[in-house]
Formats: sequence, C-alpha cells, structure tokens
Amino acid sequence: MSEQKKSFLIINRCAPYGSSNARDALDVALTVSVFEQPLSLLFLDDGVLQLLPDHNPADIAQKNLSANLAMLEMYDIDQIFVCEKALQQRGLTSESLGLKARTLNATEIADLVRKHDQVLSF
Amino acid sequence: MTLHTLNKTPHESNALQDCLAALSDDDALLLIENGVYCAMPAHAELFTRLPGGVQCYLLQADVQARGLNDLNPEFRGIDYDDFVTLSCRYEKVVSWF
Amino acid sequence: MIFSLVITGAPYSTQCADTALRFARSVLQQGHTLHRVFFYADGVHSGSALAAPPQDEFNIPQAWAELAHEHQLDLVVCIAAAVRRGVLDSNEARRYEKDGHNLASDFTLSGLGQLVEAGIVSDRVVTFGA
Repeated sequence: MSEQKKSFLIINRCAPYGSSNARDALDVALTVSVFEQPLSLLFLDDGVLQLLPDHNPADIAQKNLSANLAMLEMYDIDQIFVCEKALQQRGLTSESLGLKARTLNATEIADLVRKHDQVLSF
Repeated sequence: MTLHTLNKTPHESNALQDCLAALSDDDALLLIENGVYCAMPAHAELFTRLPGGVQCYLLQADVQARGLNDLNPEFRGIDYDDFVTLSCRYEKVVSWF
Repeated sequence: MIFSLVITGAPYSTQCADTALRFARSVLQQGHTLHRVFFYADGVHSGSALAAPPQDEFNIPQAWAELAHEHQLDLVVCIAAAVRRGVLDSNEARRYEKDGHNLASDFTLSGLGQLVEAGIVSDRVVTFGA
C-alpha cells in the first residue's frame, strides 16, 4: 500500500438499478477503503434514492444495493452525507433512510467538496 | 480552489443546479460539450448570484460546433490548452455530468 | 504536474471520449505527465479493437492507441466493467471460453485498484463522464 494519502469524495447523483452508476460508485468506494485512504460519500439529487430501505431486486436480476451499502460499515466507511434539499424535494427525511447519514445544506456541501483532494462523481 | 466542469444543458439534468450549489469563493466554472448551452442569454439569471471571485469559462470548440452566438458575456471562451492550464491553476477538478 | 483521466461515457454515444482525447493531447503537449487513463462503466468500449467507424469519422480506439504509442501511456480498462460488456483480452476470452477477443493492443484490463492508485499518485484526476 502506498505511504501517500489522498482524501477521496465520491458523489452519488443517480437513482439505483436504472443505471449502473450506483454500483459503480460503491465498487470504487470499497476499493478506496482497501487502499486505506480517507473517504467520504455524498448523496445528491436522485442519489439519495439509493438510501431508501427494503430493496428487493430479485425479479430484475440485480444485486441488492442496500445490502451492499450495509457493507460500508464493515469497511469502516462512516463519513456519509446526504443533501438536505434533495431529501426535501423527494418528500424524505434522514429518518426514512436505511443508512445513517448526516444531512448537509448547500454551504456544507461546498465545504465538503473543497476539503477533499480527489472528487469522483457517479 | 476547484475547477468545476459541466457538460449538460440546464434542462438535461440537475447537474447545473448541483454544480452551482457546490461552488465556493474563488472557484472556476467551465462549460464543456452540451454544458455550453447554459451560457445562452435566457439562462443568465442562474449565474447572477455566484460566490465571490468565481471565474466562468466555456470551451470555444463546443460553442462553435453548436453555432451559438451572443452568449452570456460572463463566460470567457477558451481552448483545450487553456482547459489544461486551468486544471493546473486550480487545486482539483470536479466534473458535473 | 501529474494527471490521470477517468472516462465513464461510451464512445460515439457520448462526446466525452473525444473531449478526453483532446484534453490528453494538450496535457502531453504542455509537458505534463499523464500517469494513467482509466476507462470505467460504458467507457470500456473505447478499448475495443473492433470499432469500425466510417472513414470520415474519428476512430477513437485508434486515436488512443496512437497517443499511447507516442507517449507510452498506461491505458487501463476496468476488467469487471469490460468483461460484462464483452470487451475481452485473450486471457479473459480463454477464461470465459469465448471464440474471440477484442481489447485493442495498447490497452490493458485491470481492477479498480488502478483507478484508486491513480488518484493517490496524481496531482489532478479529471473525469469525463456521460
């Protein structure tokens, strides 16, 4: 493993299942964690829909994303942030999510982007 | 200081809104590909409340390809070499698509 | 300065492979280092040797290959994303018992670790997405 450290921010902006973005982002997140780099996940826009509970994608031949998101905890990935406005626009609250995440307003989102070294978007 | 690139029209997705919300003081915004349509005068209102010191650019090749004229004067046309120069000048590049 | 690029959009369906190529040429022309170009998601199709666009159109896989030759570039195609989408090298073709393989010779298949490593060692990572 490299001695060098870079902080990574992975931004999720897409709903799950309809495209591969959610799974692509999660795979990158788990890999960053294997490299032991500081990592935060930010859910914006339709990305917040990834965090709804009770997925059961058996009949659409896909893997359960929420089960995979639950792996984040096992990988000690706990810097998880959601956009407050994106939740509001979709009639959701942080309590309706299947994962513990901190809600952020626009200023806090801008701060989060600013303080990371590399930002990858999906 | 971050260089934000955007490649979607204002109506194509929420990329522009998400990008605008993530801008900090002294960041830069570069419109590329379909993003250059954001600089049409009809959308000028969206760019009137940017944080302080934000510089706005667009990729001239994409503007020319789309036959656009009389765009929002806040945006300065640049080429690919300038895109690379800006990527160096700012501390990171964040892509909105 | 050390750059790496990430390309997630399909060639021809989206403009991003083309934009990334032009950006890469400028990076190299200005004397910067291009550590790696990582092709992910639908971006893996940029590594197909079987792309056969009309003569008067840009051949994206060939343009990458030419740039790679000239500058010894590391063009990495995400193996998991590629194999799913039918972009295989000879090893993977053998593993999955396929009749043919189509990864262009200047590209290599590898894992997401190559993306993360690029992020660690590069001063700038620029994503070209769709």
